[in-house]
Parts: sequence; C-alpha cells; structure tokens
Amino acid sequence: MTKLIIILLSAVFINNYVLSRFLGICPFLGVSKKLDSATGMSIAVIFVMLMATAVTYPIQIFLLNPNDLGYLQTIVFILVIAALVQLVEIILKRYIPSLHKSLGVYLPLITTNCAVLGVTILNIDEGYSFLEAMVNSLGSGLGFFLAMVIFSGVRSTIEGRDIPKSFQGLPITLVAAAITSLSFLGFGGIIENLFA
Amino acid sequence: MNEILIAVIPVVVIGIICGAVLVIASKIMAVKEDERFPAVRECLPGANCGACGFAGCDGYAKALCESPDTPTNLCVPGADAVSRQLSEVLGVEFADVIEQVAVVHCAGDCTRTEDKVSYEGIESCAAAKLLYGGKGSCTYGCLGFGDCAKACPKEAICIENGIAHINTRLCIGCGICTRTCPNKIISLVPDVERVVVTCSNKDKGIKTKSVCSNGCIGCKKCERVCPSSAIKVVDNCAVIDYSKCPDCEDFGVCAKNCTTGCIQIADLRGQHRFGE
Repeated sequence: MTKLIIILLSAVFINNYVLSRFLGICPFLGVSKKLDSATGMSIAVIFVMLMATAVTYPIQIFLLNPNDLGYLQTIVFILVIAALVQLVEIILKRYIPSLHKSLGVYLPLITTNCAVLGVTILNIDEGYSFLEAMVNSLGSGLGFFLAMVIFSGVRSTIEGRDIPKSFQGLPITLVAAAITSLSFLGFGGIIENLFA
Repeated sequence: MNEILIAVIPVVVIGIICGAVLVIASKIMAVKEDERFPAVRECLPGANCGACGFAGCDGYAKALCESPDTPTNLCVPGADAVSRQLSEVLGVEFADVIEQVAVVHCAGDCTRTEDKVSYEGIESCAAAKLLYGGKGSCTYGCLGFGDCAKACPKEAICIENGIAHINTRLCIGCGICTRTCPNKIISLVPDVERVVVTCSNKDKGIKTKSVCSNGCIGCKKCERVCPSSAIKVVDNCAVIDYSKCPDCEDFGVCAKNCTTGCIQIADLRGQHRFGE
C-alpha cells in the first residue's frame, strides 16, 4: 500500500510529466491559455492515460515479451493508443454527447501525445505490476492536470501585464514555464522521507 | 526472413483488428445528423461573429435545422443574400435582413475635449476606465485605446485624434464592438439612417459644456424641431428613435438646429447598400 502511495505522489510531484520530464509540452503550451480548456484537456489526458495503460500493459506482457518482440514496443503502442482514442471518441459521441462536446476537441490531440506514450512505456521499463502501472498512470495524469491548472493561472496573470514587445507571446510563455518547472524541483526527496 | 515475418505479422494483425473494431464501432454507433445541416452551414458566411445570438455559425445552423421557428434573417453580415439562400434550403418564406452598421456615439476628439490626467498604464480601454473613469475629462465618451478596434473581426475601426472611427463600408454589423466597449457608446444602427447623435454624456448641460465642446447639453431644441417627434432627450442626452425616423419630411433639420453640433448628418451606407 505504501508503495502505491509513493508511486502516486512521486508521479504527481517529483516526476511530473510536464515540469520534470518535459513530456507533453505541446498541449501544455497550446491549451493552457484558459482555465476551462486546460481543465478539459487534462481530464481527457487522465482518462486516455488510464485506458492506454490498461490496454498496452497486457499486450506487452502476453504478446511482445513471450515472443521476444520488445523492439516493436513503440510502434505497437502508438498503433493501439491511436485506435483506442478513436474508439473512445466514437463511443462518447454516441452515448455521452455532453462529455464528447467538452472533451471532443482534445481527444484527437491526445492521440499521438508523447506524455501518453511515455507513461505506457515507462510503466513497462520500471517493471511495475498491473496495479502499480495503473496507479502510476493516474498519478501522471493528475500531475499533468496540476501543471496545466497552475500554468493557466500564471498565463492569465501574464496576459494583463505590459510585456516588452520582443518578449510578447511565446517567449514570455517559455520563460514562465521554465520558472514554474523550477519550483517543482523543490519536491525532490520529500516523498521518500515522508514514509521513512 | 523468418525473423522479419515474426515482427511483421503481429503488427499487421493488431492493425487489422484495430481497423476492424473501429469500422464496426463507427457503423453500429453512427450518430444521425440532420442531412440539411451541411447545406445550411454552407450558406452561412463562417465569420463566427455571434451577431445572430447563437454560438457561432455552427450553432445557428443547428438551431435552424432543429426548430423551424428560428428566423432566417438573423445573419447580419450575410445580409439578404444569405437569408435568401437559407429560405431556399429550408423551404420557408424569404425574410428581409435589416442590415446594420456600428456607430460610435462620441465625437469628443482631441480638438473638442481635453485629458484630465496623463495616463501611463496598460493600453486598454477596460484598464483605463478602472482609473477614475479614463484619462479624458468626459467619463462617458470614447476612451481611445481601441479595445473595439482590437476586437473588430474586419479591421473596420481605427483610432484617430483619440477616438474610435468606424468605416461603415467595412463594418459587417456583427456587434462585437458594442459588447467590447466599456462605456457602451457603440450601438448598431440600420444602415439606411442618415443622422446620428455623437454624444453619450449624461451629465447636466453646464457640466457637459465644461468638458467637451461637442457634448449634448440636453437643450431639447431637437425635440421641438423634429417633425416626426423621433428625438427624445433621455438623461440629458438626445436619443433618436429610428423607427420613426425614415419618413422624415424635413430631413436634416435636427442636425441643422443642434446647438452644439452633436447631432450630425452621417453617411451610414454599409457594404450591402453602397452601390445604390
């Protein structure tokens, strides 16, 4: 149980996918302009990360490993995740149109998101059990959510400021992203000592 | 050779399975869309300006397909042409669109009024208004930082001599600027009209006169001379009721008699009527 909590917390804070591993930067910069779209995108990411892990983990264990096909991991995972996201979109459109309306724009964006692929591959590399892998995916998704919400707040504050012309737009956003990720360095070493 | 096959076969099989599942799922769970929707959407200009009152052109097209009561003449930018196409596609009677253009109800530029403070903050009307109602001595008029110009989808607004000017030939009448202006001094006016009130100051005449030479002092002379009694002074500022205005028997008499010149003759013909 303690190990699961450590995995969850370290995925959210210490190994935050956006701010520490620098995966999923594209939606982090692209969709973080407004709080509501940032929240929608993050919830879609959490959802897809869990689904992707649930599907790719058995494929790795029961198909790739026994046949010594580990080198096919990346291409098979991309294929499966892309198909999965499309399937989820079709199902949502049919049965939960309201959810599809709020997540629909973001789902195709996530299809080839490196954060999703990164979670599934790192789950295998770390040698997690299925449950641990799921907890790690949840934590990674929550970490993404946290980073998006914090950064959308930072951006809306920047928006109202008088910024020098050469820094307007992307440059100031990148500088702000760097400072935000610096603040997450402070979490290093905290979690291990919590349960020591 | 064998090793290549071992690698290729699983990927191909997974790909075929995924493809098959997606095809089956999309067939089973296909959502029925109104077949008129693409045709209706095709008629609309796609400016997504919101003048119709719906969330963009898609929202208006959806409302048109779903409820037959939705009027077909709500698209102001598209004007009569779009309304005619819509009525053909939907099989309803053609409804005339009242083409509108935006008008700034302020002419207090730097030759007529003065700044009361020197403002060095964020270059935005909304921000400037927070600080003592703006830098100008008149707190009702145009703030002059061009929030409307930034919001205009057609770049029809420019700031000149400290106030906003609207190029009616470019204005599509979407009304985004009327919602953007913090002082709410821009309004939509039917583009057949020829007189406008260029002041929004609601202070008493003597105070208005002290801040701007163009301001409406509420003398009610226009009320008396207007043959169709279309002008009323409300809150010390003249307001024209355009529903009574078109059949004026003595056109321009209000502008000629205005004490301060804040009622002006203007050419509001927009792009739809310019050729006439």
